[in-house]
Amino acid sequence: MIEVKDIQYSYPSASHQIMRFPDFSLQPGEHCLLLGESGGGKTTLLHLLGGLLHSQHGKIELAGVDITKLSQAELDHFRGKKIGFIFQRNHLINTLTVKQNLLAASFFAGSPADPDRAIELLEELGLGDKLHSKVTELSVGQAQRVAIARAVMNKPALLLADEPTSALDDKNCEKVISLLLKLANHSWATLLVATHDHRLKERFKRQIELKTPPTNQ
Amino acid sequence: MSILSLVWSYLKAKPLNTVLNIVLLSLGVSVITLLLVVSRQLEQRVADNTKGIDLVVGAKGSPLQLILCNIFHIDFPTGNINLREAEKLANHRLVKSAIPLALGDSYMNFRIIGTSQAYPELYQAELQTGDWWKEELEVTLGANVAALTKLKVGSTFESAHGLTKEGHAHEESKYKVAGILKPSGSVIDNLILTQITSVWHVHQEGEEKINMDHTLDLKLIPGYQLKDSTKEITSLLLRYKNPIAAIQLPRFINTQTNMQAASPAFESARLFTILGSAKTVLMSLAYLLVFISALSIFIALYNSLKERKYDLAIMRSMGASRFKLWSSMVLEGVSLTFLGTIGGLFLAHIMLFVFLQSIGDKTGLAPFQFYLEEAYLLIGGVLLGLLCSLLPAWQAYRTDIHKVLAGN
Repeated sequence: MIEVKDIQYSYPSASHQIMRFPDFSLQPGEHCLLLGESGGGKTTLLHLLGGLLHSQHGKIELAGVDITKLSQAELDHFRGKKIGFIFQRNHLINTLTVKQNLLAASFFAGSPADPDRAIELLEELGLGDKLHSKVTELSVGQAQRVAIARAVMNKPALLLADEPTSALDDKNCEKVISLLLKLANHSWATLLVATHDHRLKERFKRQIELKTPPTNQ
Repeated sequence: MSILSLVWSYLKAKPLNTVLNIVLLSLGVSVITLLLVVSRQLEQRVADNTKGIDLVVGAKGSPLQLILCNIFHIDFPTGNINLREAEKLANHRLVKSAIPLALGDSYMNFRIIGTSQAYPELYQAELQTGDWWKEELEVTLGANVAALTKLKVGSTFESAHGLTKEGHAHEESKYKVAGILKPSGSVIDNLILTQITSVWHVHQEGEEKINMDHTLDLKLIPGYQLKDSTKEITSLLLRYKNPIAAIQLPRFINTQTNMQAASPAFESARLFTILGSAKTVLMSLAYLLVFISALSIFIALYNSLKERKYDLAIMRSMGASRFKLWSSMVLEGVSLTFLGTIGGLFLAHIMLFVFLQSIGDKTGLAPFQFYLEEAYLLIGGVLLGLLCSLLPAWQAYRTDIHKVLAGN
């Protein structure tokens, strides 16, 4: 499903330090934890995998496509169809309702609107009564669950989660990670969670540790 | 979910800002539209009302007043001219036709005009009911007059001297309505027409003095024999026989007689020049309003970029192309200016309608007549929206998703 080989990235700053990342591959439906210190390159790696950053070296193959070879427009389209993102802060669109936020995922990915799936997902997440609520009326835990629903809305092959639980208390953390694993299993999606949250360690068999510092020279 | 509902959700999230921007633009556009509609219709009305009149001849005074009084019936007469002098002019070799006008009285602010049948013919006026005036003291009413005074065929009324309701009433002689005209869209709608001798009859004081050697058959008033050299009328509306008359006749009248000649075309052009500077001032003010509203829309969009940088980044992470973000920003600006322009157009017509209603609408302006230029205004409004959203849209297009989402 995902194969990463020899990728590196350097930010256009004065130091020109090159960040190198370990090679790895994941099978469809496999879940993996990406561990490392804050500032250790977890977000950078996740953004490289999701095509939000362009890798300057090496190969990232997703579902048989080397995304480093795609143009900006092709990459946008590919991301919409194949990848779902979950961020530390939920970043829902505040002017839209809960349901509209989910429908927006299909709209921006260029897929047909599927309100039934939106309702189904929200009910599964225990938010069936929040369908027409404003995003600003939700609690942090509820909002994060909506963000998860939005990420899986288009049945992506790869789910990338960046510190999805670090803003949550133990109870909500447990709830969110269980839902994440459940929904990933439902759609046979590969799940990669970048975190420094030790509460998640026992939930994942596969773990990749980014060595600190990932930079040299 | 569509790009329109996304844009609408952003506009709705800041209702006061949105309303302010739309109202500002509406005001500017409505002033432009109002000036356009009113000046277009005034020009049309002036052209309609002066059609077939090459020259107005009356007593010496202001030429503009002569035109305003005798063609548009909105100013007071400059004085009277002697009928024998007028008759001489009517028989001049350069004059094709001449229509006499005798002003002086009114009924409920509507002017009573002593004239000949040629006057309603000039405006192609047609009868709605009844008949043309035939006898002395018989009148035919313009459409507005009949509607507002509620006079019917067969009704009688007393005229008042001058143009005020309270003027000295001529109680001794009553006018009788012979007929009512169809609306024509010209000044005639607001006039009460009768024959010249009726006006004399009402103003007659004492016995008629016969002090002429011989009586005169008049061309101006067919069937009337002039015996009295003191008879007067207010003015003559002349038509030239040939182009040479345009050069010779006004000069002849102004220098060789104690009457004055004024050209409607020339005087109305002069009037529009005077009005033109007022129009320019108002127009500049309107454009200033439009400019300020465009600036306000630009600032609103530009400021919203900061609040929306996460939204924009998240949209990209969900697969939205850069162009989609660009177009949603442009659409937001264009929606504001489009609504503002539409609002302005309607506001202008409604304001004109309300204004005309409040003054009792004697002007004959049509408040709901639309012009092609208004479509151009709408296109201009859309382009304005594009212009003030281009830079914010470009910023949205260039959003660095990684930087925003990485949280620094």
